[in-house]
Amino acid sequence: MATFQYFPHTEEDIRTMLDRIGVKSMDDLYSDVPDGFIFKGEYDLPDAMSEQEVRDFFENLEAKDVKLKVFAGQGAYDHYTPSVVPYIISRSEFLTAYTPYQAEISQGTLRYIFEYQSMICALTGLDVSNASMYDGPTAAAEAVKMAPSCTKKKTRVLVSKTLLPNVVRTIETYAKYHGIPLGYLPVMDGHTCPHHMKAELSKGDVAGVIVPSVNRFGIIEDLTGFADAIHEEGGIFIEYCDPSALGVLKTPAEWGADIAVGDGQSLGIPMCFGGPYVGFMACKKEYLRKLPGRIVGETRDTEGRRCFCLTLQAREQHIRREKATSNICSNESLMALFVTVYMSLMGPEGLKEVNSRSYAAAHYLHDELIKTGKFEEAFNQPFLKEFALKPLVPVDKLQSKLLEGGFFAALPTEEGLVTFCTTERRTKAEIDALVALVKEA
Amino acid sequence: MPLSHWLRRPRNMKYYDKLIFELSKEGRSGYSLGFSSFQEASFTDIPADLLRKEAPALPQVSEIDVVRHYTNLSQMNFGVDTGFYPLGSCTMKYNPKINEEIANMKGFQGLHPLQPSCSVQGALEVYYNMEKALSSITGMAGFTFNPCAGAHGELTGLMIMRQYHLLRGDLKRTKVIVPDSAHGTNPASAAVCGLEVVVVKSNADGLVDVADLKPLLGDDIAGIMMTNPNTLGLFEKEIGEIAKLVHECGGLLYYDGANMNPLIGMVRPGDMGFDIMHLNLHKSFSTPHGGGGPGSGPVGVCEKLVPYLPVPKVVKTSEGKFDVVCDDEKSAGQVSGFLGNFGVILRAYAYILMLGRQNVKLVGKFATLGANYIKESLKDCYKLPIPTVCKHEFVFDGLVNDGSRKASDSETEREGATTLDVAKRLLDFGFHAPTIYFPLLFHQAIMIEPTETESLETLDSFIEVMRKIAAEAAEDPAILKAAPHNAPITRPDETTAARQPVLKFQDEA
Amino acid sequence: MSKVVEGLRYSEDHEWVKVEGGTAVIGISDFAQKELGDITYADLPEVDDEFAAGEEFGALESVKASSELLTPVSGKVVEVNPDLEDAPEKINEDAYEAWIIKIEMTDPSEVEALMDAAAYQAFSEK
Repeated sequence: MATFQYFPHTEEDIRTMLDRIGVKSMDDLYSDVPDGFIFKGEYDLPDAMSEQEVRDFFENLEAKDVKLKVFAGQGAYDHYTPSVVPYIISRSEFLTAYTPYQAEISQGTLRYIFEYQSMICALTGLDVSNASMYDGPTAAAEAVKMAPSCTKKKTRVLVSKTLLPNVVRTIETYAKYHGIPLGYLPVMDGHTCPHHMKAELSKGDVAGVIVPSVNRFGIIEDLTGFADAIHEEGGIFIEYCDPSALGVLKTPAEWGADIAVGDGQSLGIPMCFGGPYVGFMACKKEYLRKLPGRIVGETRDTEGRRCFCLTLQAREQHIRREKATSNICSNESLMALFVTVYMSLMGPEGLKEVNSRSYAAAHYLHDELIKTGKFEEAFNQPFLKEFALKPLVPVDKLQSKLLEGGFFAALPTEEGLVTFCTTERRTKAEIDALVALVKEA
Repeated sequence: MPLSHWLRRPRNMKYYDKLIFELSKEGRSGYSLGFSSFQEASFTDIPADLLRKEAPALPQVSEIDVVRHYTNLSQMNFGVDTGFYPLGSCTMKYNPKINEEIANMKGFQGLHPLQPSCSVQGALEVYYNMEKALSSITGMAGFTFNPCAGAHGELTGLMIMRQYHLLRGDLKRTKVIVPDSAHGTNPASAAVCGLEVVVVKSNADGLVDVADLKPLLGDDIAGIMMTNPNTLGLFEKEIGEIAKLVHECGGLLYYDGANMNPLIGMVRPGDMGFDIMHLNLHKSFSTPHGGGGPGSGPVGVCEKLVPYLPVPKVVKTSEGKFDVVCDDEKSAGQVSGFLGNFGVILRAYAYILMLGRQNVKLVGKFATLGANYIKESLKDCYKLPIPTVCKHEFVFDGLVNDGSRKASDSETEREGATTLDVAKRLLDFGFHAPTIYFPLLFHQAIMIEPTETESLETLDSFIEVMRKIAAEAAEDPAILKAAPHNAPITRPDETTAARQPVLKFQDEA
Repeated sequence: MSKVVEGLRYSEDHEWVKVEGGTAVIGISDFAQKELGDITYADLPEVDDEFAAGEEFGALESVKASSELLTPVSGKVVEVNPDLEDAPEKINEDAYEAWIIKIEMTDPSEVEALMDAAAYQAFSEK
């Protein structure tokens, strides 16, 4: 038998172990498996590779991808990652730990989750946060699932059509199988239509309403009156937020929201073709017991020292089984550490500056694009880093032109608009180059 | 060697008591964005009432504060790289470092998830090849990688199960059978998926009781969820019969892949008759668990269920290019934002390539060898309820002699050491504790899973310590009850934590 | 040994019932309290909620367990012990003092089917 670097077994070790067990071969350890189920074929896998070969293999694959300047958002944003963040999260004590079941040797994990919860509460203004969810869309789906349990006798949840399409689709999937009837709030001038919402609310069966704070057109929604209207009918107000933007935008608490969810990717997490990201979820304290997922709390050890542990576990699947608030167990802990380190580095000023630069770049791009005469204004609404325009040239042609020039931009919406997005990483020179290409389209 | 030697070992992890907020000082920061190429516009077009009133209370710290703080925090943590981690049902195998290198390649990290297919052919090929590799290893016909964790995979698998019945117009199938030994996620996932849970009992051998199963089967059964080997580490020998019975009643079989490790290279769920399954790439396929994620929970299905896989999906076109399909009539729907945790999938793929078709055959065998070796070496001091051959893990039901005694003329009454005490005492010796109080079938369950990446010497030192602890318990359970003695903290007061929750820095009195 | 109070009726799910006219005062037994350990949270119904005998009306949580509360009698909730919201540990302190809910019974004869103190004593020692 050839040796392999992940298996430390020598022939002698194997013999020693088999002797202790009292069997002749490792195959004997499978004597309880009916013979017909033992796989006797060949696996359709390549020959074992050396590290060098694995590295070459992936470099070859990587070369098949095209590196583009990203001027797109729609749920994944090209914000800058400070070098400290990947450095910290690759520390093996964080990386190779399991869920912190043994608090005494997991204080590192437990402390950063506590810090993460504190920062999510600072951003949203809400009372409590869980330890993280998979991503924004699943966090939204879990929040929708939570609404009927917070309101008892009401069942239906209203979903704004200004939410990102992948958020709406994920909500729809969860709601379909869990058995939550949905209603939809149409788009009115780039906004969630408040009149339609009031009409739907008056039917008396609405458990909750989910609306974005910055929507799929990049528009910052004015949610004045939403909380009152929803609460008057006994419903729960859920806001879907971009946490980076919450560095400057009115908070879910200020809007009167009961639950805030969103995707932490905008807090410096690389786009990485869609994951891993981190969903966040925060709520008012009266809904704490309905909050899904893990929660870390502060306490004291037997010697009186401040320490941290998983708490309120009686809500969770390993105790409650089918009566648990959710089935979630592994979440995105390391990515929660990622955004915690990111927010520590940036602080309130850094987060503000990221937003002001993204804003400046986006508004410059917007104005320059309008000047080309190839686009018209789609809405006259305030936006931060992402915006939608009405194209006056064929979208396919425009996109392929930009792609050839090394830009990923002009994502089409279902209404035939196109969206652009800039972060603080985009320079004036890059924008000018993109605009020059647009002029040719 | 006297016990006191073991009691007083130097701490290898030190207590550190700061929170990042406590290092904050107005005016500090840890970032640099350089000079802006734009005239700074301060949100002039945004109405003031759409902006927050006060800046968020985030810490203001310099870069070195951040680096030292999190380095200090890390030193209170135990990972697979620190030491042996025999946590049952969690498969804490070694996390190869080449995986990390591959996942951190800039070319992959910089890809936007909505980029046109023509610009991400390499990334899509990863999905396509992984689907082929996992299908071969498990005997399934197709996989989705969109679920972000094991429980998410379970939920997705059950959605596929329901969608299959729904589209056949078979609307009565709203119940799912779950064994009493199942992971807690199984019934929880079923409930999230709108299915009613029906429990099937285990027999005296710790296996699904076929006689108890039969009367449960009927035209209202959507399927059964099983873990094989089950949570006691025992192979469900009757699986052929169970599959036949469930299929005959029109139900589907779901395989919970949390315990797939011992079967890798030996047995394929598809061959046992399972129709749907999930894998935990952060268990069986060596990706690090990250203190509770990111994981990845790919879901595999048999041929007839391939059309029900969630969207988006990666496909190979007739021209040999890779593409992403977003609409599919029969699909169970979209279950996450994009195509799942790509960074985790890359790591698992690197691992599979390192294994290759040669080494893949040894994963399960070595995992099973290690578990049986520990079991046989400790069964005289820990109660072994089911003494048959196990797979990758096994369960003890507490100590043979827990040191408890009743009051007598010469001695006072003494409480015995529990499983919790054994677990806490293990921490003193530089080992992570096994999974405890699970499965629920035994009151003092200790579930041990060594994995195939641990050497004989590591297993021997664990065995030696477990025997020492058993000896300590018999002599003086108080040593165990006060454990850990050498960890950064002693036992936390979990009752107060739950009664008066302090869940954020701002809550501190 | 666990305390059993004379004059109360007991269910097999370890709830006790004290009849006060048409109203049933419901709590959990000392035995149940000990089994559950330190109670950290009481999930309680609202006044006017209606339950049939055997139905779940709430749950008690300890650090690592959750126990459902099943009403032994049918009826409408008329009062919920207000102390338990902030101090669920009162149940640990005295399970017979810390009642949980009061129910206006729709069928007082249901009480007859419950165990008396002696029968429950024997039942809980099994």
